[in-house]
Amino acid sequence: MPVADSYFDYPFRGQRLDHERYRHQTLFTRRPVQWPQQARIALWITVHCEFFPLDMANLPFRVLGAMERGYPDYWNYTLRDYGNRVGAWRVMRLLDRYGLRATAAFNSDVAARYPELVHAVTDRRWEVMASGVNMAKLHVGGMPPDEEKALVAESVSTLRRISGAPVRGWHSPAHSESDATLDLVAAEGVAYVADWINDDMPYPIATRSGTIHSMPLTHEWSDRTLLWQYHQSSADFTNQVVEAFRVLYGEAAQHGGRILSVALHPWIIGQPHRIRALDAALARITAHAGVWNATGAEILEAWQRQAAPP
Amino acid sequence: MLSDPDRYEYFPFLDRPRITWPGGARLAFWVAPNIEFYELHPPLGPGRVPWPRPFPDVLGYSYRDYGNRVGVWRMIDVMAKHGVRGSVSLNVALCDHFPDIIKACNEHGWEFFSHGVYNTRYLYGMSEAQQRRIIRDSIDTIRDKAGQEMSGWLSPALTNTDETIDLLAEAGIQYTLDLMHDDQPMPLKVRSGRLISVPYSLEVNDVPLLTMRNASPERYAEICKAQFDQLYEEGADNGMVMCMPVHPFLVGQPHRIRALDEILAYVTSHDGVWLATAREIAAWYYAHHYDTVARALAERRRAA
Repeated sequence: MPVADSYFDYPFRGQRLDHERYRHQTLFTRRPVQWPQQARIALWITVHCEFFPLDMANLPFRVLGAMERGYPDYWNYTLRDYGNRVGAWRVMRLLDRYGLRATAAFNSDVAARYPELVHAVTDRRWEVMASGVNMAKLHVGGMPPDEEKALVAESVSTLRRISGAPVRGWHSPAHSESDATLDLVAAEGVAYVADWINDDMPYPIATRSGTIHSMPLTHEWSDRTLLWQYHQSSADFTNQVVEAFRVLYGEAAQHGGRILSVALHPWIIGQPHRIRALDAALARITAHAGVWNATGAEILEAWQRQAAPP
Repeated sequence: MLSDPDRYEYFPFLDRPRITWPGGARLAFWVAPNIEFYELHPPLGPGRVPWPRPFPDVLGYSYRDYGNRVGVWRMIDVMAKHGVRGSVSLNVALCDHFPDIIKACNEHGWEFFSHGVYNTRYLYGMSEAQQRRIIRDSIDTIRDKAGQEMSGWLSPALTNTDETIDLLAEAGIQYTLDLMHDDQPMPLKVRSGRLISVPYSLEVNDVPLLTMRNASPERYAEICKAQFDQLYEEGADNGMVMCMPVHPFLVGQPHRIRALDEILAYVTSHDGVWLATAREIAAWYYAHHYDTVARALAERRRAA
């Protein structure tokens, strides 16, 4: 098959990006921000409570953690469900011990199935973030717009109803979006999304319902990437989280407050043989002065009070 | 299709003519930052689907975009700290999109060579005339917007055709990085003119090591240092080349940047290492070794 002449068209080739959602901006030339309490690091912990249906189809792509054996795949279904029954509570108890609050990112099916978990989160004044309906209901390019609109509405309204919380953040299952996702979540009153892994700080995103923000949820040193996708050791996980902290903490002295995202999936980090890796990382991070623990919405609010307008 | 690229001859590693580097260095060490632009909605051509997920692949796109917003700046700082210049594998459209990055690289004396126009536009299925358009675009863009005469080539996203190497030689390009067959530069068989390969690497390249072989930053540094140790030792007898390709979206991450720092500190703590650009390695090789090696190869052909 020959290559068409149109393959040599470069419609966005100029001093700009190839889409209209945000502007290209170098991290190190932005106006520095100052966190509350003169902190150098805003410590943003996210606990991702996910539901992987036993009958999930691996379409249009296979997400990490999906079923991988013949139906019914009890092995993988129950290991994921373990996260919501045991792992999340184990993580919560550990964070309580450090006096740390987190943002809980819920597939709304988890809230509908296990409302006690949501209430435990709100009792602790954690933030509730919407993370779609479940890990089989992906937001992907080419899906019918009405179908996606219904998914967003179901996720956000279920979580608001069960938690009583405002639900200001959105994280799509598996970081996957269609071209419409940002518009749809903004229309539901969401203030920030955490799907785009291109920055260490917040930045504005344009939608049909006004400006929202991208928050720097880590993909790179999440337990899912390091421990599940890359099969690294628990010690490797601890070391990389702490190393990210060390570098960002160092940069903050010169460039203003930075954010350390610690992204946790209870079905992974909540296993008995792994939980101490999180403990070790938190011990080393919280030993430093200048660490401000906050939820995603609180961090964004502090950033918005002083960041340069887009 | 061919059963062999038919671009080079067998030339056993031992008992080759001795390669020497400037100042009697044992090893020419060069770093290839891949500074790339992946499109959110690239057109589809024959041969390869650009993203694993349906468009927009937000995860894949924003992962690469991190390199241009954040990672590249950390990488430039660390390389400057060790006095190591980059030879940039450049998607040349980046000159148009992000001139700030081009300017910073130029200020540090870095080289630019072409890695195609975008990393989401492949050579697969292109006619010779179409490939010439990409080569011409590369030469013109690097001259007009980055202020350099382009010397080298690494096919975009490592997509090649049987003819590409002939077209590079025809366009007067000095070296290609598309062949992984050797630890020294090598003359290549081309229709007209002349061309050499300069060693690149997919073994100490951060993409396969970190994202396919699952290396931790410590393991990555260990592998790169082991590569260096061996080539440095062998370089006492016959000059070697070590290339370390890096991608700012990977090594420029806060949890990994120290690995690059450690590797470069280790390499630059040794005497007898020529911290070169790929263009300098190619120029030296043409001036001092090309003819000798070409003669040795011709003798092998006659003897066969």
